[in-house]
Amino acid sequence: MAHILVIYEIHKKSIKKVSFEATSAAADLAGKLNGTVSALLIGHDIQNLAKEPGNYGAGKVFVVDDPKLEKYSPDVFANITAQAAKEAGATHLFMGASATGKDMLPRAAFRLDSSLAQDIIGFETEGGNVIYKRPIIAGKLHARVSLSSQYQLATLRPNVFAVTEKKVDAEVVKFSPEIPAPRAVVEEILVEEGGKLDVTEAEIIVSGGRGMKGPENWQLIENLADVLGAATGASRAVVDAGWRDHAEQVGQTGKTVSPNLYIACGISGAIQHQAGMSSSKYIVAINKDEEAPIFNIADYGIIGDVFDILPKLTEEIKKLKSQ
Amino acid sequence: MNIGVCIKQVPDTETRPKIADNGTEIQKQGIKWIVNPYDEFAVEQALQLTENDDGEVTIISMGPADIEPSIRGALAMGAQKAIRIDTPASPDDQLVIAKSLARVLEDKNFDLILFGKQAIDDDAAQVPQMVAEALDLPCATVVVKINLEGNKATVEREIEGGKERLSFSLPAVIAAQKGLNEPRYRSLKGIMQAKKVPIEVVTAEAHQGNVKIEKLQYPPQKQPGKIVGKGPEAVPELVRLLHEEAKVI
Ligand SMILES: Cc1cc2nc3c(=O)[nH]c(=O)nc-3n(C[C@H](O)[C@H](O)[C@H](O)COP(=O)(O)OP(=O)(O)OC[C@H]3O[C@@H](n4cnc5c(N)ncnc54)[C@H](O)[C@@H]3O)c2cc1C
Ligand SMILES: Nc1ncnc2c1ncn2[C@@H]1O[C@H](COP(=O)(O)O)[C@@H](O)[C@H]1O
Repeated sequence: MAHILVIYEIHKKSIKKVSFEATSAAADLAGKLNGTVSALLIGHDIQNLAKEPGNYGAGKVFVVDDPKLEKYSPDVFANITAQAAKEAGATHLFMGASATGKDMLPRAAFRLDSSLAQDIIGFETEGGNVIYKRPIIAGKLHARVSLSSQYQLATLRPNVFAVTEKKVDAEVVKFSPEIPAPRAVVEEILVEEGGKLDVTEAEIIVSGGRGMKGPENWQLIENLADVLGAATGASRAVVDAGWRDHAEQVGQTGKTVSPNLYIACGISGAIQHQAGMSSSKYIVAINKDEEAPIFNIADYGIIGDVFDILPKLTEEIKKLKSQ
Repeated sequence: MNIGVCIKQVPDTETRPKIADNGTEIQKQGIKWIVNPYDEFAVEQALQLTENDDGEVTIISMGPADIEPSIRGALAMGAQKAIRIDTPASPDDQLVIAKSLARVLEDKNFDLILFGKQAIDDDAAQVPQMVAEALDLPCATVVVKINLEGNKATVEREIEGGKERLSFSLPAVIAAQKGLNEPRYRSLKGIMQAKKVPIEVVTAEAHQGNVKIEKLQYPPQKQPGKIVGKGPEAVPELVRLLHEEAKVI
């Protein structure tokens, strides 16, 4: 019988949203497979979080709580994950495709001698068999893949699977695996100033390109982002020019994003840029060139000068929000 | 210090891939093949780290003879040696690739094994981590900064909204992200020299893959939407549409 184990990601003693997304997706899949869902929480001093997975359909919560796990080590967490998969009798392992999930789960897959579908955006079942859907070649194609290894592992792209409440009375199980000495540990997390929202986690992104003319004009992008509670993104042209940090780059050699709303300001929409953002639910393009390829994929476009339009847009949205 | 760099040949980023008749592969004709862009950061890093000692850089790539142009492309940047692990096609299961690479890497005693963070064709982002597990080595991925002191490494990797600093000792596996360095251009001399380097060919062990591509599909095409209007006069209507029609603000 299918038993999906969801590996939780805990940051500063709170659970990341991707973990709830993964649990909701697992509950959905378990429903189709007549299976069950469990959660795995690893860390130190995390007992108080153990009830939360039950809000999204996890019937059992395995908690590994140990002072040795205060600092995150990808190899130690992968090792524990593999032990927990065996202990729990899991058949599937799910985790959010965050920076941590994408780094850690392949290690657990190796330890389980099993295969992994990274960064999936959907799944379906075919007679008890799961078909995972994942973008390849920077989203230019979608592959439907099936896994025939003993365990099936998948990371789920953030912001794609909805968090759905499904309260169950979760049983909390204390699990005490062998904790190996770490090969590598995270010594420190360097947070971007102001604790900026990352493009991969944002529901709205305001992105600027070469049409913004220079870094001194980014205030226009930031003001609009502020009223929307959005993250700021950038094209490669402006990152290469040193106007913005690479962490903001969207596209084939930057980040792949799928927000509810992507506002492209002064971005031409080169194929490599589209590769990173074309799966956004709604795309708005502001560009003075009506032939710009970005208009081919935009839901709404305004032809015009970003320097006239952005201040007006910020003002109109402020007005709407204050109503 | 001796460094191994694993590279993959992938379609150029300009490629608009077409699905082959069998529905599970891309059409190979007409594709321009390149060294995976992230792997170029790895090659560059290896060259910089060995510049001032007598260490060597070895390129390792798994695939059929068709991938040799990319191997030569990496050699042309300045690497000294190359190994090709022969397979009829690059496997769809990264676990298979990782096991085959690990088998070749294990007795080379490299001080450092470098990868790209992700191959831009399968976008799997898993081979480096799996190789590290196979060889029982420390590993960091999506790395934008490397600092070595003796055999102690401190690296920074990109995470959401910031960076993580990890430390570990060599030998280790590191997977490169853009921002780590600026890959050098290949000089004509480098290209000529690369032609003379023998590529050692080894046979891949037979591992059974467990990933099956059932079907490739084009993503749902986004229909070009509407041009709301020209200039700032169009803004109120745009805001109305985003609020009432799309319901995203
Ligand atoms: C290997 C490789 C990888 C790549 N990876 C990426 C990637 O990850 N991400 C990425 O973005 N690109 C990537 N690129 C680069 C890509 O090909 C484009 O060069 C880049 O996206 C262009 O950025 P841009 O749209 O900001 O600039 P441009 O193409 O110069 O476009 C600027 C746009 O601004 C408009 N404009 C100018 N002034 C105004 C104004 N006042 N008001 C309104 N509009 C104005 C212009 O009409 C134009 O459409 C990659 C390229 C290669 C070869
Ligand atoms: N067939 C291969 N041969 C050599 N190295 C590879 C191969 N496939 C992947 N790699 C390496 O592993 C990295 C990540 O690839 P992937 O896990 O497929 O996204 C690449 O950037 C390469 O450095």
